[in-house]
Amino acid sequence: MDIERSRDRFAPHYLEHEKWKLGDYGAHPIDKYLRPGRIPHIWCSGCGLGISMTCFISALEESGLPLDKNCVVSGIGCTGRVAGYLKLDSYHTTHGRPIPFATGLKLGNPELTVTVFSGDGDLFAIGGNHFIHAARRNVDINVICVNNFNYGMTGGQVGPTTHLKARTTTTPYGNFEQAFNLPHVAVASGAVYVARWTTLHARRLKASIKEALLKKGFCFIEIIAPCPTAYGRRNRLGTGLNEMKYYKEHSVIRHNADPAEAELVLGGDILVGKFRDEEKPTFLDMQKEGTLDVMSGKGGSKK
Amino acid sequence: MNQREILTGEHFMNGDEASAEGAIAAGCRFFAGYPITPATEIAERMSRRLPEVGGIYIQMEDELASMGAILGASWAGVKTMTATSGPGFSLMMENYGLGVMTETPCVIVDIMRGGPSTGLPTLVSQGDVMQSRWGTHGDIGVIAFTPSSPQEMFDCTIKAFNLSEQFRLPVVVLGDEIVGHMTEKVVIPKKEDIKLYSRRKPKVKPNNYLPFAPDDDLVPPMACAGEGYNVHVTGLTHDERGYPVINAEAQEKLVGRIVDKIRKNANKIIEYEEIKTRGSDVVVVAYGSVSRCGKEAVRMARAEKMNVGLLRPLTIWPFPEKRLRKLSEKVKAFVVPEVNYGQIAFEVERCVASNSQTLLLPKMGGDIHTPEDIFKGIKEMI
Repeated sequence: MDIERSRDRFAPHYLEHEKWKLGDYGAHPIDKYLRPGRIPHIWCSGCGLGISMTCFISALEESGLPLDKNCVVSGIGCTGRVAGYLKLDSYHTTHGRPIPFATGLKLGNPELTVTVFSGDGDLFAIGGNHFIHAARRNVDINVICVNNFNYGMTGGQVGPTTHLKARTTTTPYGNFEQAFNLPHVAVASGAVYVARWTTLHARRLKASIKEALLKKGFCFIEIIAPCPTAYGRRNRLGTGLNEMKYYKEHSVIRHNADPAEAELVLGGDILVGKFRDEEKPTFLDMQKEGTLDVMSGKGGSKK
Repeated sequence: MNQREILTGEHFMNGDEASAEGAIAAGCRFFAGYPITPATEIAERMSRRLPEVGGIYIQMEDELASMGAILGASWAGVKTMTATSGPGFSLMMENYGLGVMTETPCVIVDIMRGGPSTGLPTLVSQGDVMQSRWGTHGDIGVIAFTPSSPQEMFDCTIKAFNLSEQFRLPVVVLGDEIVGHMTEKVVIPKKEDIKLYSRRKPKVKPNNYLPFAPDDDLVPPMACAGEGYNVHVTGLTHDERGYPVINAEAQEKLVGRIVDKIRKNANKIIEYEEIKTRGSDVVVVAYGSVSRCGKEAVRMARAEKMNVGLLRPLTIWPFPEKRLRKLSEKVKAFVVPEVNYGQIAFEVERCVASNSQTLLLPKMGGDIHTPEDIFKGIKEMI
């Protein structure tokens, strides 16, 4: 019904400008994954979030997982708004806290597939500690971090992934802090699946998200994304399209690369690929096994 | 395993343990917490007991995460709890607000110790009373209990779960260090004698469901994750669909309702104990551990033929203001001993100022009043 309504709203526009007849167009194939009435979204032109979200939707579709058992949890920021557009059980929580919330959601109902979709500031500055510990515990959730190298929502301040020497509204003399190398952090913290792609690598990104959705354990995917409005402009990176060209010229795909080598430098190459894919028992596996062992007298310390 | 759910019988346990047992009896099956004196015993007991009844215990990296995790698990459809003390309670304020805004049922047990900051980790205070009311930013509806014995720690924890499920908000059990660590007889009733309430579920199909459209009691039915309702839940101001709407009208409607659902149902929530208030010239208003000394002070005053009574709020929020106003018509003065520098005394004064005097008996924490301290206050006002 809502699709009908949006058709009505946009029909004259399409008919007039595209010389189309009613019936020549219809719902977009991914419309059924989006909440009716929520588009247009708030993201700027050239932003990488649309591609990131579309890749997630395509991956979800291909995974064959039941939509009603899929949840998305976001924090605060531009990426935080993803939860509000997806027609799933979706939770837009507090700044930095989507991972604890997702941890509760997953442990409360292990049938759910839980994906955290949030930004670099949310997940690695204010929420950095939660990331490390969820990865360490191997909670069975997926974390997708759209890394646009700054706080976009608040106008472009320096963040934990901002390139060294980059200009932001709060680093007018250039950033003098070292940036986080996110795949390295994830692997060191214990994530069982770690990949990085740029928004140019839409198909590979989709394949990675699908793998993460179907994999047990703490999976982490970093998406390098342009933020032409806030970050690109101040660092002369050009439009979103210019950044995509940059990704094309400077991305180096190297699966199983040592994540220590995945550091990002302004104007340098971008190492992408799947860096880690291993099996490890999850928090719930360990908890179940350990508790049962003690209760049945098989092991552990009885008290 | 099931006979371990409710440990019917008489026990000798401390308030912290009693609270944990209350939670299990109330159906709590998820606990996320972080160790902190004097609430650690709750986490320890939950870590042992929850697996016995098929529940999950997780020790999070901090209290911010603990609070976030219990909200998440609540949306997964589970009854959830965390326990902490002042410094941790401060950290929980952020997601306490999220719980109120997203109308998420859960229980926070705060065993109060001396503050501010690290303060007196092992010693008593009642310094978090106003924090439970106003600690998170913005206007909120609040329910908080102030139990005064291990038995009440058990009972109030069950009540807290029931009210959190009924009114969809985080409910606070404000124990204090003395009540938490005091060991006394605790009677756990039979399963059939424990009344439990669970959140109302939507009766309509997903397409017709407005997740934040309230019923007559101002509380919306709750669809949890995985039930096919595709609910969007946000800490942003939202409309009845749950979608963000950033304007004054939506704010008025939403926040007005989440405050009103407690205010307008206050009569159903408020509980207090009254001792010999009829015909009294002076009434002691005391809560938590201090109320025990208050009772003794009243006994001492009565023995000397003074007309003194006691009002003990069991729900400190919502505050029994109507009852106090009514009492003030005949009572000359109210004496308020509390282990802080004046929090509830000002609430009492607000309610009774036009008719009666209020005497605050403050104590900064570390120790509570002796009955003699309170008796002295009574004599001053009689």
